[in-house]
Amino acid sequence: MDILYLPELGQFALILALVMACVQALLPLAGSMTRQPLWLAYAQPAAWAQFALLTVSLVFLGVSFLVDDFSVAYVANNSNSALPWFYKLSAVWGAHEGSLLLWLWILAGWTFAVSFSRGLPAEVLARVLAVLGFVSIGMLLFVILTSNPFDRYLPQIPSDGADLNPLLQDPGLIFHPPLLYMGYVGFAVTFAFALAALWSGKLDTAWARWSRPWTSVAWAFLTCGIALGSWWAYYELGWGGWWFWDPVENASLLPWLLGTALMHSLAVTEKRGLFKSWTVLLAIATFSTSLMGFFLVRSGVLNSVHAFANDPDRGLFLLLLLGVTIGVSLLVYALRVPTLKARASYSLISKDVFLLANNVILVVATLTVLLGTVYPLLMDALNQGKISVGPPYFNALFVPLMLLLGVFMGLGPVSDWKSMRLDKLRKKIWLSGAISLLLGFILLPWVYDGSWSIWVALGLTLFFWVVTTSLRDIWEASRGKKGWRGISRSRWGMFGGHVGAALIVLGVTMVANYGEERDVRMAIGEPVKVKDYEFTLTQLGEREGPNFSADTATIEMRDREGRLYKTLTPEKRNYHVRGMPMTQVSIDWGPLKDIYVAMGEPVAEDAYAMRIHYKPFVRWIWWGAFIAGLAAILAVTDRRYKVRVPE
Amino acid sequence: MTPKRKQKLWLLGLMLGGVSLAVGLTLYALSSNINLFFAPTQIVAGEAPQDREIRAGGMVVEGSVQRDTESLQVRFAVTDNNEEIWITFDKILPDLFREGQGVVAVGRLNDRQELVATEVLARHDENYMPPEVAEALEAAGQMPDQAPYAKNKSSDKSY
Repeated sequence: MDILYLPELGQFALILALVMACVQALLPLAGSMTRQPLWLAYAQPAAWAQFALLTVSLVFLGVSFLVDDFSVAYVANNSNSALPWFYKLSAVWGAHEGSLLLWLWILAGWTFAVSFSRGLPAEVLARVLAVLGFVSIGMLLFVILTSNPFDRYLPQIPSDGADLNPLLQDPGLIFHPPLLYMGYVGFAVTFAFALAALWSGKLDTAWARWSRPWTSVAWAFLTCGIALGSWWAYYELGWGGWWFWDPVENASLLPWLLGTALMHSLAVTEKRGLFKSWTVLLAIATFSTSLMGFFLVRSGVLNSVHAFANDPDRGLFLLLLLGVTIGVSLLVYALRVPTLKARASYSLISKDVFLLANNVILVVATLTVLLGTVYPLLMDALNQGKISVGPPYFNALFVPLMLLLGVFMGLGPVSDWKSMRLDKLRKKIWLSGAISLLLGFILLPWVYDGSWSIWVALGLTLFFWVVTTSLRDIWEASRGKKGWRGISRSRWGMFGGHVGAALIVLGVTMVANYGEERDVRMAIGEPVKVKDYEFTLTQLGEREGPNFSADTATIEMRDREGRLYKTLTPEKRNYHVRGMPMTQVSIDWGPLKDIYVAMGEPVAEDAYAMRIHYKPFVRWIWWGAFIAGLAAILAVTDRRYKVRVPE
Repeated sequence: MTPKRKQKLWLLGLMLGGVSLAVGLTLYALSSNINLFFAPTQIVAGEAPQDREIRAGGMVVEGSVQRDTESLQVRFAVTDNNEEIWITFDKILPDLFREGQGVVAVGRLNDRQELVATEVLARHDENYMPPEVAEALEAAGQMPDQAPYAKNKSSDKSY
């Protein structure tokens, strides 16, 4: 077999995958309508075949990159013979067409995993697979009709490629998109479970139990993906921020917020059989925002740092796909939901209501972020001028909402299901409240900085409040018969998730209030002072990399006593093929602070514009997110999800 | 009213109150934080407000970048090929800032109709032109054929 035919074979595999997706979607649908159990059984092998075919397709695209087949347009536009092999591979998802293929492959992978879930009645499984099949059909059509990664440049084959965007030549790119997509697409599984349940009319606690692990895993991936993206932006863009309220970041935050709400409302539905229709609606909304994020990013309607030359024509197809998905699922919802009735009751002070508050706050937060993100589009469509919504809008609304959410984050774990006496709740939280107020609100802001500010005080109070209530909950759980070993993994998962969130709060509070960012002109030998440290540029030089040349700088950093603390070596690179400059920052990182130095531009023979940032506790934001993500995975390994559900 | 009804009413009331508070705050925050985009032609014609933050942009005029040697102060002109305005900035310009490239700046106009920028944005793809700038150029009837944006569009269609 001549290796040059790989792209064609890859495309055939893609088309066959579409055929398999049709089988996977349509036969179970027809089978359940005409009551032919045999037809239902087609879903599983079709899902396996689809996964195998998409794997072939993705691998062949990868091989085309590795062998530098520049006759393939996508390879020619996003690779170069001088690119290191691992970036050639990660370039597979470095632009539009390939990232879509990755999206599809991950969807097929999730479907494959679902098809092995034990304890699921055959009919439910077939329905879930069918819904996933429909999602897959939509996306496969999109790829094959508008964004084929295997298109060729024939007969004039470029002699070399246009190179991968230098911003993407970074280890972060290898992991960020796959993790993020695992999260986005993972919510398709929850969505499929919800629709399958509506379809069958059996929306019971078993349904919630089946959905929970998938939701948690998807949420864990999305959390880690977003955190990794934030970290990547921090060191790669050279601006020193960790969140910009950029539309594309917001697009990933929307499903995250709704997914968080969904995890909590699924808990209520599973334990108490309440909020069923609300939970289903959340499941639909979560996946819809995943798709919408995809539309916003890929259609090019948004003005964003992620807007790498897009094609607006594709937007229409995606909008159509989004409309059909939301429309059909809401239709099914409207037809089926009135038959649902909850029998359980609950009182005002109960875990049920605190979790409801969590849901309301998260949904309101989602709506405010959504509004800020699409408002410019709306105004433009209505000819009200070109506007942009700045970070102050998001901060003004998001921060208070999260503070409010934090109050309930503390109340939730220590409260009882169904109902609780006020004095019992008071007994459980007074100590936490006292510690939080004393340490967080009054003492620590003074100790750390010698001054007091309301935002630091609120942030630290929240941090202590969430941590101490979580500790209280774990301590109480440990007083059971089996002691510490009797604590279930899902409880540890909740503990880790909440502590992770508290760490994020701590990091954000510290870096937002005590961080210092300075743009300075640095001449050789002239010291510059930033936050108790003295920075001196000692040397400017040049160096050649494999596919770039760079200006280099050596900066000595001294502490208050004048001792040499660290030597920092940032670079300004120029990538040859695209002629694109890139800032390579130098970071002295640590648990309590990051010192961040980036080169701007030369301003004189012996002087350079430099960006020097002091970022206290910034790493805790990402560590908190990773801890929360791992905790969600831990919760999934809980024994009760392994118990076979009677049919 | 039964206790259960009363409880539901409470919940409903709380939710309604919360939601309307949120909506009110949202609209307030939104109205005070939106920045309108103005093309150089509009600014020269005096259409842009002096007292609030705006965004302005266009192509950086070749040879217009003036740097102060003692500080980071930089001054440059942007054009929609019809009119020009000057922008001053005292921080580090983005990596992709270049003469002849499309940029967008956020800031306030001073008495001399110069934009004192707090932020300058140039995008992360050398073929990408901010949509506002592309539209401003088109509105001025001056979208050059050899502009990077046009070049990119045509190369996209070539296969």
